[in-house]
Amino acid sequence: MTEPSEQAKPADAALMAADAARAAEAPLLAVEGVSVRLGGREVLHDVSFAVGAGQFTGLIGSNGAGKTTLLRVILGLTAADSGTVRLAAANGAGHHTGQRARVGYVPQKFAFDSDMPMRARDLVALGIDAQRLGIALPSRRRRERVEQMLAAVDALAFADTRIGSLSGGEQQRVLIAHALISRPQLLLLDEPLANLDLASAQGVVALLARICAEQGIAVLISAHEMNPLLPVLDRIVYLAHGRAASGTTQEVVRADVLSRLYGRHVDVLHVHGRVLVVAGAGDDSDLEGHEGGVSGGSHSGGAEVVL
Amino acid sequence: MKAVAHALLEPGFFSSSQVHVAVAVGAAAAVVAAAVGSFAVLRGQSFAGEALGDIGATGGAGAFLVGVGPLWGFLAMGSAAAAVMELVGIQRARGRDLATGIVLAVGLGLAALFFSLDATYHPTTGATQTILFGSIFAVPGSTVAPAIALGALALAIVVALHRPLLLVSASPELAAARGLPVRALGAAYLLALAVSVALAALTIGTILSTALLVGPPAAAMRLSARPVRAMVIAALLGVGAVWLGIALSWDSFYWPPSGHGWPVSFFVVALVVVFYGLAALPRAWRSRRCGQRHGAPGQPPTMPARGRRPAVGG
Ligand SMILES: Nc1ncnc2c1ncn2[C@@H]1O[C@H](COP(=O)(O)OP(=O)(O)O)[C@@H](O)[C@H]1O
Ligand SMILES: [Mg+2]
Repeated sequence: MTEPSEQAKPADAALMAADAARAAEAPLLAVEGVSVRLGGREVLHDVSFAVGAGQFTGLIGSNGAGKTTLLRVILGLTAADSGTVRLAAANGAGHHTGQRARVGYVPQKFAFDSDMPMRARDLVALGIDAQRLGIALPSRRRRERVEQMLAAVDALAFADTRIGSLSGGEQQRVLIAHALISRPQLLLLDEPLANLDLASAQGVVALLARICAEQGIAVLISAHEMNPLLPVLDRIVYLAHGRAASGTTQEVVRADVLSRLYGRHVDVLHVHGRVLVVAGAGDDSDLEGHEGGVSGGSHSGGAEVVL
Repeated sequence: MKAVAHALLEPGFFSSSQVHVAVAVGAAAAVVAAAVGSFAVLRGQSFAGEALGDIGATGGAGAFLVGVGPLWGFLAMGSAAAAVMELVGIQRARGRDLATGIVLAVGLGLAALFFSLDATYHPTTGATQTILFGSIFAVPGSTVAPAIALGALALAIVVALHRPLLLVSASPELAAARGLPVRALGAAYLLALAVSVALAALTIGTILSTALLVGPPAAAMRLSARPVRAMVIAALLGVGAVWLGIALSWDSFYWPPSGHGWPVSFFVVALVVVFYGLAALPRAWRSRRCGQRHGAPGQPPTMPARGRRPAVGG
């Protein structure tokens, strides 16, 4: 949480504006006024944002902010109490095709039994046709498609290993391949960087950015730490206390916007090319006990590091 | 070939109609148990399989009371128990063991009652022994056709739903996100499990039915990292154990104490355990060789990364 890396990429203002316009015009994903109550508590409150085709969007918030819940609502796995989620496929020109956009998903938690007779390549192959009936017949096209996908996520070296005996980072790449092989228009990833060291995290981010750019796939990636993502993010959705602020990094990661979101004064510091969101000195006692929100901070030069 | 078989097997093996029935029903039960049981192991539902088997005892004992074949008792009780388990909440990880345990307790209580009534009204039939430990040589010829038809039904379910079941078993969350009907898949699977348990109970008895359901798939998983191949190996091991068990049991009529014969279920379960143990050997041997190579001086490190195992049977 306290290991930021680089500053927001110097945005090409015109490009950003064009992106935003496209997202607003024909968004692939439109979340409007979504509120969710779980266990009698409001986990998401009036969350609205849009993701345009091919955009790389970060869903940033500390633990318990509601990231997983929001992704599950988008997938239809959790019902929203109010608000709507629209997933509309668009063609190359940005016009809606009237179909539901295909969505790929890489969950936050996965636990594969190490004895399970399923190789990495078997799980990726299930990404093509898990919904089909019958046993998959061996086919050269299918095998080659799996091979290409494994190569794209740099997983060929352990393609024949049981999925359960791979390391967390290796399993993650296999799951990304499983999600991508069904050719989704939107890829949702839930904290894929949470358990990776900095170098692996940067590797995964670079991989996702490349695939997103090459194949025109929109990516919505959740993280509690935004710095590894900042160099590649087109837009950001910042969650705190179940409320969201969205826009470009410059629009959102600002003291006034985040202070309003957190409901207390926070500063946004740029230190050695990293962004730190901190509560002002003297305010930290308030932060310590605050539930669910700006938790997990550590002391850093008198200021409470929030994110 | 036939001469060799005759030398190994005691007289009458190939001409006995009881043996023909046992070989047919046993093979059907073993193939279905392997296909269905592989998913039980993958899904962590071995306990559910065990419970359905034990509850089959209630059905079998009840069938004796009303004078129908035990298969129908196993089947009726097994499907009813599967339905209750599904309703009580087998789809939730915690609910699963709870639901199974409750159904098991109620079923076994009834079994105690039925067995005592059996002993009162039919004191000479040996119902308890037959139901609990099986007596495949006593299966009537009229049971063969329905047993094979039921086996085909259970097999059809897991073959048709093979890919969806595989993904649900590996990760329910991935399956749900893909829009697969996780709950309906679980219910269909539970039905196949109930049927396969009934067939296994007919072969080696209700108490030991789990051995046929879980043993061969567990051994096969050690031998192959591929899902389909592991299921085929499990079926071969299961059929091998049942057929060999039948032959040994037939031979054992001539072993001491002469004229009694040892039960088929004993041999089948013993063979399954032996297969399971032997299945660990290839990997142990491989890792030993790997270790030696790794330990040799001046060798490049060819060991796979820590925590990674070479795919076996790939
Ligand atoms: N099924 C549930 N029942 C009750 N509360 C829940 C449930 N799922 C999540 N929550 C609560 O909702 C909040 C947001 O959770 P989550 O979306 O998992 O956050 P994040 O993924 O950002 O860490 C947390 O406070 C969590 O305790
Ligand atoms: Mg989460």
